[in-house]
Amino acid sequence: MEQLLQHGLNALMLGSTYALLGIGLTLIFGIMRVVNFTHGELYAFGAYMMYALVMKAGVNFFAALGLAIVLGVLLGALLELVLLSRLRVADIDTTMLVMIGAWIALQNAEQLAWTGVAVSINNPFPAAPLVLGPVSVAWNRVFVFVMALSLIVVAYKVINGTKLGRAMRATFQDRDTAALMGVQIGAVHTATFALGSGLAAAAGALLGPVFVAYPSMGDLAAAKAFAVVILGGLGSIPGATLGGFILALVEELGAGYISSGYRDAMGFLIIIVILLFRPTGLFARKERIG
Amino acid sequence: MKVQDFLRATKFLTILLCAAPAVAQEPIRIGVTQPLTGAFAASGNYVAQGAKIAEDAINASGGVLGRKIQLVVEDNKSNPTEAVATAEKLIAKDKVPVLMGAWSSTLTLAVMPKLMEYEVPMLVETSSSGKITTSGNPFIFRISPTSEMEARAFTPNVKTFGIKKADFLATNNDFGLGASQEFSQMLKAQGVQVGVMETMDPKATDFSAQLAKIKASGGDTLFVTTAVEQATLILKQAKEQQVKARIITTGGSVSPDQLIAQAGDAANGSYHLVFFTPWFPEAVKNPDIARKFVAEWNARKYNIGGLTEGFRGWDGIHTIVEAIKAAGKAEPKAIAQALWNVKVKGINGDIAFIKQGPAGKESAQNVPSVYVVRIDNGKVVKN
Repeated sequence: MEQLLQHGLNALMLGSTYALLGIGLTLIFGIMRVVNFTHGELYAFGAYMMYALVMKAGVNFFAALGLAIVLGVLLGALLELVLLSRLRVADIDTTMLVMIGAWIALQNAEQLAWTGVAVSINNPFPAAPLVLGPVSVAWNRVFVFVMALSLIVVAYKVINGTKLGRAMRATFQDRDTAALMGVQIGAVHTATFALGSGLAAAAGALLGPVFVAYPSMGDLAAAKAFAVVILGGLGSIPGATLGGFILALVEELGAGYISSGYRDAMGFLIIIVILLFRPTGLFARKERIG
Repeated sequence: MKVQDFLRATKFLTILLCAAPAVAQEPIRIGVTQPLTGAFAASGNYVAQGAKIAEDAINASGGVLGRKIQLVVEDNKSNPTEAVATAEKLIAKDKVPVLMGAWSSTLTLAVMPKLMEYEVPMLVETSSSGKITTSGNPFIFRISPTSEMEARAFTPNVKTFGIKKADFLATNNDFGLGASQEFSQMLKAQGVQVGVMETMDPKATDFSAQLAKIKASGGDTLFVTTAVEQATLILKQAKEQQVKARIITTGGSVSPDQLIAQAGDAANGSYHLVFFTPWFPEAVKNPDIARKFVAEWNARKYNIGGLTEGFRGWDGIHTIVEAIKAAGKAEPKAIAQALWNVKVKGINGDIAFIKQGPAGKESAQNVPSVYVVRIDNGKVVKN
């Protein structure tokens, strides 16, 4: 029973991080339909910005967190303006190849800037864990959990409750009609990619201090993010959130009670099962045809 | 004179000028394949740095056979496919007569068939899987200990630590699985109960599920086999989940200095099997060489946490050069022959090879020193 409770608590903490990774990608991959291979690199970028700001420049942890997210938004905007703005009408293969190139270039740039040795980032939370009866959890993970849920709510409000969000949804449903209605198509593309990138950087900035930062840290994060987005349904923020928690729970219980060697396989197995019954994921509606 | 003629003349002259001294004393090339990028980048770079120190030291004292040595270092990107490609490139294109590599059992095992194909010996500086020296590859000369040797060296500690029940957490590859198997066998023979044997993906960063299971198993000791990045996270997460077991890392690649720097308090009380103890160089077999190496490492301002990896590069290159000297020529067959008889005073101890594997095509295995150290109040202490 104790073990089950601990697994449940772990899944909740891990699930919030998967959800956070997923919502950034669901904006770019789900709404823009850009297969964004740089998502993991933005995640690593967020973590390294935390390292630079907290450990090198001595900036306050919470101020650094805000700054890292802003820098992530800026890098995302830059990537969109330099690489993707020319490819808005290109086919998916061309865009994918460009993004693979950007992924490799970014990862190697991180290696060049920070070397391959992993670095750790201090956090201001107490080292002793929060003990709840038979189970325990680290304070910095509780912080990540709360922040992740807040960011998910903010992203949801932006997409569904603001003019910008409406413009985003309109643009990627039918860009010609949206343009005729006066939507600034170019600006919406840049804003969506920047927002998604900012969320990836936020995930990295939050999780860098929990784990360690190293140049290839984004690879596994990106794999999980893609899994979460496909599980939840493209473009759906509630889907990505629920997908994140389901993936974490399956991994936890699978590793705990079946075999830890197949921990990652369990997650992908459940995705196959869900897609068999709901081919568009948990939440996505049927594709609308433009 | 036309411009083209002038260019041609210049080219010809350049070739003449460059080629003339090269014929006289072309350096002896030694191929090195290490993971300079990717998951094992930190360790690979440390080994390459240690090898570079050895190269400079050997050249400063006149080289070997009257020629300088030159390392050709290739990045195998922590990837077995790339490791094979680097070995092929070094042998076929750079024409190196001997290799050093490839850091980690998986990378070394990948390269091994190429050694057979080209009949070029490789000095293995880091790899612990038993398979490497028992699969019948006569071009393998390993100076690092096998997991079985590590387990045997650890045996006296079972009683002193009072280990009653042990659990395992290992990275899911040749290195991790091999170590878990050898240590559990050794412990069972000592009457110790073996609890759960957990594995993790070599890239994973979250071990909460495994640790919850290990906590439930309730062993007094947890053996961890992986590289330093994962070990750091395991120590931190074990503390978060209040796993009370004594944690012991195997494999010699978990740098205690790096753990102290990155895991902080969570590193205290953990034990580590290492093959070099730079904190107390007097404890090793050849303290003078160890001190010289540590001084040069620090003079170059290399990361202090890399010493427990970097020494492998020094020992490896010195062993190779000793063999070239004994062979009297830089040819693969002669070097392989000579390696069998070298006696080298290394940082780890005295290096010499014994035979392992099927008769007629034995691999060479060194019997290195293994030390157990403990982290106490942010310092490395003798066990």
